[in-house]
Amino acid sequence: MPNKTNETSSDHSTPLIHFDAVQKTYDGENLVVKNLNLAIRPGEFVTLLGPSGSGKTTCLMMLAGFEVPTSGDIYLRDQRLNSVPPHKRNFGMVFQNYALFPHMTVEENIRYPLKTRRLPAVEADRKVSEILDMIQLRDFAKRRPGQLSGGQQQRVALARSLVFEPQLVLMDEPLGALDKQLREQMQLEIKHLHEQLGLTVVFVTHDQSEALTMSDRVAVFNDGVIQQIDTPGNLYEYPANAFVAQFIGENNTLAGRIESVEGRQCRARFGEGLSTGALLGPTLAAGDATRLSIRPERVKLNGAARALPNRLPARVREFIYLGDHLRVRCELAGNDDFVARVPVDEFASHMQPGETVELGWRDEDVRALDAP
Amino acid sequence: MTTTTLDGGASAPARGNLKSRLRRAERMRKLKAIGLVAPLALFLVVVFVVPIGNMLLNSVDNGSLRHVMPQTASALTQWDGTGLPGEAAFATFAEELRDSRRGGGLGSVGRRLNYEDPQYRGLLMRTLMGLPASSDDWRETLIGIDAAWGETATWRGIQAAASPRTDRYLLASLDLERGADGEVQRVDEDNRLYQAVFQRTLVIAGGVTLICLLLGFPLAYLLATLPAKTSNLLMILVLLPFWTSLLVRTAAWIILLQSNGLANQTLQTLGLIESPLQLVFNRTGVFFAMVHILLPFMVLPLYSVMKGISPSYQRAAVSLGAHPFAAFWQVYAPQTLSGVAAGTILVFIMALGYYITPALVGGPADQMVSYYVAYYTNTTNNWGMAAALGSILLAVTLLLYLVYHRLVNRKQMIGS
Repeated sequence: MPNKTNETSSDHSTPLIHFDAVQKTYDGENLVVKNLNLAIRPGEFVTLLGPSGSGKTTCLMMLAGFEVPTSGDIYLRDQRLNSVPPHKRNFGMVFQNYALFPHMTVEENIRYPLKTRRLPAVEADRKVSEILDMIQLRDFAKRRPGQLSGGQQQRVALARSLVFEPQLVLMDEPLGALDKQLREQMQLEIKHLHEQLGLTVVFVTHDQSEALTMSDRVAVFNDGVIQQIDTPGNLYEYPANAFVAQFIGENNTLAGRIESVEGRQCRARFGEGLSTGALLGPTLAAGDATRLSIRPERVKLNGAARALPNRLPARVREFIYLGDHLRVRCELAGNDDFVARVPVDEFASHMQPGETVELGWRDEDVRALDAP
Repeated sequence: MTTTTLDGGASAPARGNLKSRLRRAERMRKLKAIGLVAPLALFLVVVFVVPIGNMLLNSVDNGSLRHVMPQTASALTQWDGTGLPGEAAFATFAEELRDSRRGGGLGSVGRRLNYEDPQYRGLLMRTLMGLPASSDDWRETLIGIDAAWGETATWRGIQAAASPRTDRYLLASLDLERGADGEVQRVDEDNRLYQAVFQRTLVIAGGVTLICLLLGFPLAYLLATLPAKTSNLLMILVLLPFWTSLLVRTAAWIILLQSNGLANQTLQTLGLIESPLQLVFNRTGVFFAMVHILLPFMVLPLYSVMKGISPSYQRAAVSLGAHPFAAFWQVYAPQTLSGVAAGTILVFIMALGYYITPALVGGPADQMVSYYVAYYTNTTNNWGMAAALGSILLAVTLLLYLVYHRLVNRKQMIGS
């Protein structure tokens, strides 16, 4: 998959939404959003992913119109959005706690955006009826939100934000309140809706697996800056820096220094006299300090490591059994939280904690990234 | 016995044991709960249930005649009310009248009979003075002392006071009375008072409630939406009036609002008025003082409800295309309804029973029902009227509450 679509940020079609050098501060001292440039194409599912306080929700709120950029502009096609009030933007929005109106029935909730748009009753009836069928809640039309389960409320909130056919749908951590199983089911439902209806979606979450499941592109936020914006596959395989590598998926890191560079390949030293081949990350040159990043599933153990170019001795700390695989926590070059993910059937059961094992990996499984 | 075995034969008695053990275990808990509630329950019975019941009974109690003159009372209840009662009734009455002086019940009987006709007390005194030790014909003797004893109406009056229960106080509280034929009719126009008083009480209480709602709603909204630090400070200001005695606050209003008070002086200095406005000892003063005192009771329930309404509802409405103003009325305001209901009912019911404030800052035409209740208990010692006024106020309040409850419940029905 990694080489299927190596998308660049240059757009072929005109963007639907365009953030141009947007900054936001609440107190006049700290920038919550620092110089944001982002283009969203029509029909795209873009996720803003980041830890809390990284500025992703502020971006969404600026897009929705509930916050005003301190400087910079937001464009909808050619129209400057900064001065358009939120109720005239025609964006659908799904809130974290659904924000279904508790004093209205499901049907009245869904009809609300049509009422504000003064749609003729016959047409409104038809649209509400269609969307009730789509979310399969026709039998619940006369109930109040309080009488629905979390998943049903989520579907109603979704229907309410879609019924007026908005040009853009914003979602602010809409699945945060659901349990894991329901959340995964809803992720797929939203993804399918996006595909069926050709929606443009901007989705905010702090859950990286959610972002990877649903998105066309993911913008990883940290400290008010987009660290990387790319397809889920590229984010995982080619993280731009150590933060992205750490934030997306599981990751082992080793502090080292780049010894030599050869095209995109390099050789890095780490620990006491250890070295490995690696793919060179952006902005690095020979002699730079680096943080080496290796995914646990790419680390092989003993026999499986025998044929690999990089083989290193490590001491086993503990085994964690997880049904389909086993996590082997080792100490390697001073890092005692170095994890290898081993299929259960490849595991030799006589192994004990404290034993020395041989870890191995290919050069292209290691990324040499900038040390923050 | 306590070890439960798994075989089927032993399970039946074990189940019985389990039930009794459960009861025993629950009993302690129940006793504890009762013990915790008992002092309050007792307190409520003694100071609330009993006095209210007593008041309700007092409002239909017919006074002491049937205690002071039991035989006369029973003789007159059998009388058909036409012509004059029989000789036996005259004799019993004369005897009991004489005895009543010794027993000391004459005063209360006289007071009760005077409610029927103000002549009675004098009549009784005159009769007692002229009463001979014995007589062969008491009818003639009594009529000889005062001709009034020969009139049917005189005996009808005593008959009316002889039954154990009466509706005269309740009727009088509504400006009604029983005419000569026993039918309910309105009293003369000159004597009508209480319908106007009840109307006035409802108007003042309703007006105060409305003003409190109009002033309290924006304030509560501000408190609920401001950052905690600022809203806490403002909340202290809202609660500040609670720390001063009601009497002091009412007196302060008199000083502020009187003809040469601060309010009038300021208005005159600003050149807005030429001569002082009459702001106190009239309806204006009553509204000022009562709204000031009752406002926190409106703000607090509103605030607590508004605090629980997430701001995302209004945002959601706006994102769905509603103008912020429409979003407020269509989405936010309906959710505050339970707070509005609680606040208005609290303020209204408290305002209905207000006594000191209107008595101090109101004029004669601003006195509410409570004033007359106090008047009858303190000044004229007419417990029947006081109780009847109180009972009717209670009934009106309960009725309004029921209507209100219906209305609000139908509108509200917010899902849990």
